[in-house]
Amino acid sequence: MPAPDPAATTTMPIGSDADLAWVRHRVRQCAAGLGFGLVQQTKLVTAASELARNTLVHGGGGQVEITPLADGPRRGIRLAFTDSGPGIGDVDLAMTDGYSSACGLGLGLGGARRLVDELTVDSRAGQGAVVTVVAWLTGAPTDRTGRG
Amino acid sequence: MQVPEQAAQGPAARELGDFLERRREQIAQRWADVPLFRTVFTVSRDEAVEACKVVVDALREVASSGRLDDVAAPGFDPAREQLGRMAASRARGGVSPAQVANEAAGLRAAAAELLRGEDLPAHEAREALLALTVLMGTLRVVIMETTVLAGDELIARQRQQLLEVATPVISLWEGVVAVPLIGTLDSARSQVVMESLLQAVVERRARHAILDITGVPTVDSLVAHHLMQTVAAVRLMGAECIVSGIRPAIAQTIVHLGIDLSAVLTRGSLADALEYALARQGTEVSRRAAGATPR
Ligand SMILES: Nc1ncnc2c1ncn2[C@@H]1O[C@H](COP(=O)(O)OP(=O)(O)OP(=O)(O)O)[C@@H](O)[C@H]1O
Ligand SMILES: [Mg+2]
Repeated sequence: MPAPDPAATTTMPIGSDADLAWVRHRVRQCAAGLGFGLVQQTKLVTAASELARNTLVHGGGGQVEITPLADGPRRGIRLAFTDSGPGIGDVDLAMTDGYSSACGLGLGLGGARRLVDELTVDSRAGQGAVVTVVAWLTGAPTDRTGRG
Repeated sequence: MQVPEQAAQGPAARELGDFLERRREQIAQRWADVPLFRTVFTVSRDEAVEACKVVVDALREVASSGRLDDVAAPGFDPAREQLGRMAASRARGGVSPAQVANEAAGLRAAAAELLRGEDLPAHEAREALLALTVLMGTLRVVIMETTVLAGDELIARQRQQLLEVATPVISLWEGVVAVPLIGTLDSARSQVVMESLLQAVVERRARHAILDITGVPTVDSLVAHHLMQTVAAVRLMGAECIVSGIRPAIAQTIVHLGIDLSAVLTRGSLADALEYALARQGTEVSRRAAGATPR
């Protein structure tokens, strides 16, 4: 089990479009700092963008906790998106590509899962949602190249 | 920003550097009348002209170093302090950073006009014009950065937002308009982009519209959705829309997300997109030799 350092956790609010830009920025910074390469950074930031937007749009706002992980020599990041909105009644359905209760492409959840190593949804109808993703650094750490 | 076409920009960047050196005086004279300079250097026009020359020289330096799209290029350094002072002065006058950015966009038009008047072979003229577009886009971001730094009450969060302001539609060539997008394409902004692009297509009778996303750091499903909607709307106006500047990391991410962009016409770089558009329009490149005035 990875041992996250709670002291290193950053919590950020998700309440507006501007917050989304800020979350992306912070996630990219954190990933770059841990040595994630440009492609991995881009994937993680994109997954974060999808999930943060779901928190905002479907969950009515909430927050994200960004935690650097260390498991022996392995380095990773965990992002936990929490809201107290209507919750996700049918997780399998929500995960299905193309399913959207709004008029989106319905690729957010399914796409995010393909962009990271693990994605878990903890939610029941009416009880809010916690969507957690973990991405591990693959290969040798690269120099900081993050932008945007 | 890391872009694959950097190598290909080499000769065009040098051409542009030569042009900026050759026309230093004329460019400075024209820029001195643009609000950005005119309203700041009010004591004498000569002062404004001198200030313009500092910026032209910086641009020439950046062009010669080939780092056209690098906001951090050392060539900008000699001009940064002055740009900061100008920005601060505009801010004191109640002008918003977004307005300053628009004024900065106006500098391009003046320089482009002079560039079109140069007696260059058509192909070189086209490449140099593209290089100028990229370089002036970068200058715009540099100015915005100094503008934001100038207002110290603005915290980092606002700075991030400000970098995401709308981008003007540029007439690249006869019948070809382009929007070099910089920053995030959220719903509000993509609405603005779509409206101004459609308006430009009508007003400038464009048959091709290029959306260049080299400066967009993240393409998630919403951004992709917006891009597809814009492409569809442009198509309805009877023009063809090309998306350029999808970087390798973003291409991989789009594929994993599961977004199908196969219905969207894409090209690697802005230059490739323009080339495609011109080929489609049957423009004989050699026909527009010296003296032609493309818009
Ligand atoms: N935090 C959440 N709270 C409640 N429902 C959610 C939440 N996240 C996702 N959902 C539900 O899951 C569905 C699928 O989400 P997904 O992100 O895949 O698509 P979308 O957000 O509708 O469209 P897009 O492709 O633009 O993201 C949503 O339409 C919504 O019904
Ligand atoms: Mg979504």
